[in-house]
Amino acid sequence: MKALNKLTIRETLQALKDKKFSSCELLESHIKAVEANRDLNAFITETLDLAKEKAKESDLKYLNGEARALEGIPVSVKDVFCTKDVRTTAASKILSNFTPPYESTITTNLFGKGVVMLGKTNLDEFAMGVTNHYSAFGPAINPWKETGSKENLVPGGSSGGSAITVAAHMSMGALGTDTGGSVRQPASFCGIVGFKPSYGRCSRYGIVAFASSLDQAGVFARSVDDAALLSTAIMGYDNKDATCSKEELPNLESAMDQGLKGMKIGIPKEYHGAGLDPEIEALWANAKEMLRKEGAEIVDVTLPHTKYGVAAYYVIAPAEASSNLARYDGVRYGLREYKEGMSLDEMYEATRTEGFGHEVERRIMIGTYVLSSGFYDAYFSQAQRVRKLMVTDFKLAFDKVDALLTPVTINTAFALTDKKQMDPIALYLNDVFTIPASMAGLPAMSIPAKLNGKGLPIGLQVIANRFREDNVFRVAKNLERCLNFKVSPKGY
Amino acid sequence: MTLVKGKTGDWEVVIGLEIHAQVSSESKLFSRASTEYGGAPNSQVSFIDAAMPGMLPVLNEYCVEQAVRTGLGLHAKINKVSVFDRKNYFYADLPQGYQISQFYKTIVGEGYLEIDLEDNSSRKIRIRGIHLEQDAGKSMHDQSSTESFIDLNRCGIALMEIVTQPDLRSSYETSVFIKKLRNILRYLGTCDGNMEKGSLRCDANISIRRPGEDLGTRCEIKNLNSIRNVNRAIDYEVQRQIALIEKGEKIAQETRLFNTVIGETKLLRSKENSEDYRYFPDPDLLPIELTDEYIDKIRANLPELPDSKKNRYMKNMELTSYEASILSADKEVASYFEKVAAAVNPKLATNWITAELFGRLNKASITLAECKVTATKLIGLIHLIEDNTISGKIAKELFDIMFETGEDAAKLVEEKGLKQIIDTGTIEALVEEILANNPDKVEEYKGGKEKLFGFFVGQVMKHSGGKMNPKAINDILKSKLSK
Repeated sequence: MKALNKLTIRETLQALKDKKFSSCELLESHIKAVEANRDLNAFITETLDLAKEKAKESDLKYLNGEARALEGIPVSVKDVFCTKDVRTTAASKILSNFTPPYESTITTNLFGKGVVMLGKTNLDEFAMGVTNHYSAFGPAINPWKETGSKENLVPGGSSGGSAITVAAHMSMGALGTDTGGSVRQPASFCGIVGFKPSYGRCSRYGIVAFASSLDQAGVFARSVDDAALLSTAIMGYDNKDATCSKEELPNLESAMDQGLKGMKIGIPKEYHGAGLDPEIEALWANAKEMLRKEGAEIVDVTLPHTKYGVAAYYVIAPAEASSNLARYDGVRYGLREYKEGMSLDEMYEATRTEGFGHEVERRIMIGTYVLSSGFYDAYFSQAQRVRKLMVTDFKLAFDKVDALLTPVTINTAFALTDKKQMDPIALYLNDVFTIPASMAGLPAMSIPAKLNGKGLPIGLQVIANRFREDNVFRVAKNLERCLNFKVSPKGY
Repeated sequence: MTLVKGKTGDWEVVIGLEIHAQVSSESKLFSRASTEYGGAPNSQVSFIDAAMPGMLPVLNEYCVEQAVRTGLGLHAKINKVSVFDRKNYFYADLPQGYQISQFYKTIVGEGYLEIDLEDNSSRKIRIRGIHLEQDAGKSMHDQSSTESFIDLNRCGIALMEIVTQPDLRSSYETSVFIKKLRNILRYLGTCDGNMEKGSLRCDANISIRRPGEDLGTRCEIKNLNSIRNVNRAIDYEVQRQIALIEKGEKIAQETRLFNTVIGETKLLRSKENSEDYRYFPDPDLLPIELTDEYIDKIRANLPELPDSKKNRYMKNMELTSYEASILSADKEVASYFEKVAAAVNPKLATNWITAELFGRLNKASITLAECKVTATKLIGLIHLIEDNTISGKIAKELFDIMFETGEDAAKLVEEKGLKQIIDTGTIEALVEEILANNPDKVEEYKGGKEKLFGFFVGQVMKHSGGKMNPKAINDILKSKLSK
């Protein structure tokens, strides 16, 4: 039999029900992996003792025939979800001592289904980044390496820690958040499935905010099927978030049972070029043919404002962030840098200078600038206009097709030492293919497709119309079968 | 036109107001925390109010309804789409680091309020708009010499900011406006108007100009917390500006704070140092979208407001403009009056309330709500006058007792045997006795000294203990003396 931590969630649930092993045994296999892989720095806070308690409760539930939908499944949680009585840092020094007295809606939902939390995972500070190296708790490391190389690679970001735990079999699934690609890009870099539902599908209550109009919870899993199980558990209306939608929930299970006959899948021409790695380009073309063979009609579409996406995103997201992060002022909670005789303003300055990392500071400054009087119209209003145009682009495309197939990233995982890649502007361009769906609030998934010539995973992205998560899963499930990607990082 | 005399000629004063009215609502604008006044510090603070990480505002729809009601009460346009914006600034009692307000698209647009002036004319003061926003917390700097304390109970409470056009021309007009606005808010039940508790606060924009000229540079006076201080601050500021200009200097656009102790306004910040609030739409909240049905339903349930009450009193009850004004201004007074006027002659009700009741309330410095003579009790008293059980004179004496004790008029009459004598036989007998005891005066009267009539009336009243009907005494005396 396979090691317990390598099973899928669906297999595991059946096995637990059939009493083939216990939740405690299942947890134990994951704890071993967690302990063996601490060098990846995936967790900021491990909650293994708490997990043991929960696993015992789960076993009792199975014994009493009261098992819930995800009873006993070990999952890791990005450290931006506020967890009651468990430290929540957003990977920032400014929140390094913060323990919330409340639980986020998403974790409440998950725990209500019987999920066992292993710990809080590493991320780019306040979810701002694509490498997971902007963390006050040190960079997280991708379990994948180039063939024959020992060089550490970035796991992607910002939800790098969560992606690592799933890829390295430390957890069966994980929670992330995606603002401009923070679930999809690390999923792609780590060779797993990453799904971001439509904006408004998941409550943002209790998620440390980065950019409120873009932030959305998402999941990591090792299969489309498992991603569906987790997504179904977290989606739904919540009256504690005014932007949460009451739109009827999709049935992902039945969507995944359907073939692609009768489906129209669009290939946006603007996603060619833009520095796209030829290997990824070729894979994309290949996948398109697979879908056609499955009976889908392939349609060329255009999303003409894609090229303005990154620029507009890096105005809107920092603008919202500059305001969202104003609350970290040392007055009520978190870090306070105070020396006797300091004025209030001096205390603010000292606290925020000490508490925030450089990338967060950079985005606060950009955001403050673009909202300033005299610049508001030139930057913020203009970016909002671009955003509207991008929404219209997608609307027109989805008049013609049911889903879009695109690359996730222009390249695969790179090294922290890669000067060219690690340039701040180059890093911003990492999100070029993930930002558009975020700007339009669309559901999108990254699916692991293939290893490139250097042995690193490449992902493909499926995007559907707003609130049509079912279409994402329908395409993804069929594509997953065609791609038949079943590789794990060596040694994990 | 009200003008202020300077050394170099007359000046016209131009005033616009920004009034912060606390919305009457049990919970805050974006959280469920209580708004009750006077709670222990930080006992009414939700995680949302304290801006804990990941907390999100959820709009209290009742506050929206209250703002719409207020707008309708001020004849204003209700905007069917309005948007909350963030006003960004750092302060210790502002936990979010921004105030959620409405800057670009407010919930209420243009309206007006009509004020009555001393010369019996009236004037429309235009309202520019009303927006909803959160209040900040309270900083306390006087609790310790080294530390400041923050109370967040007030933080997040809903305010309506009511902004006027620069249509007011004197401190007097301004105080009339504020009183009238306060009365309307109380009628509507949208703000209790209590300035001492900070439920109604006011900033005044003041400038001066030569009559007929363009607007001068204005100064904003912050946080005026009583009508008296509004008057003092305006009067001071007007004199300060006149003196500066007449010295040949210019007014700088600035924000000033009124020092209530010395009665002067002091510079808070100049325009150059004004903050850049970086307003932008709050992404945590959806726009407020209102339907016509929603607005019409609120409109249909609006109470009758002072202006229409005043007209009704004048038209249907034949009150003078002055009487109708003072009886309609305050919601409690109007309801008291209407109750009494429905049971007795409205004119009599008016006289008793405006002269007797108000006089005693003033003297005792209490409000109508604190008064022991309820409308029902006053009706009881006036009924006794109307059916001739007691004279007006006795009634006033009774009213004094009722005012002190809250006793029933009828019960007092019974206890004290104050029932008026209307039996003409008894009166005749007394009149005859008085005339018989004063034969010399009778002679003088008959000799043409008719002033003595009053003497006879007084004697009869005195001997009857004031219980005899004055008209009956007059009639009987006249007939006896003419014989």
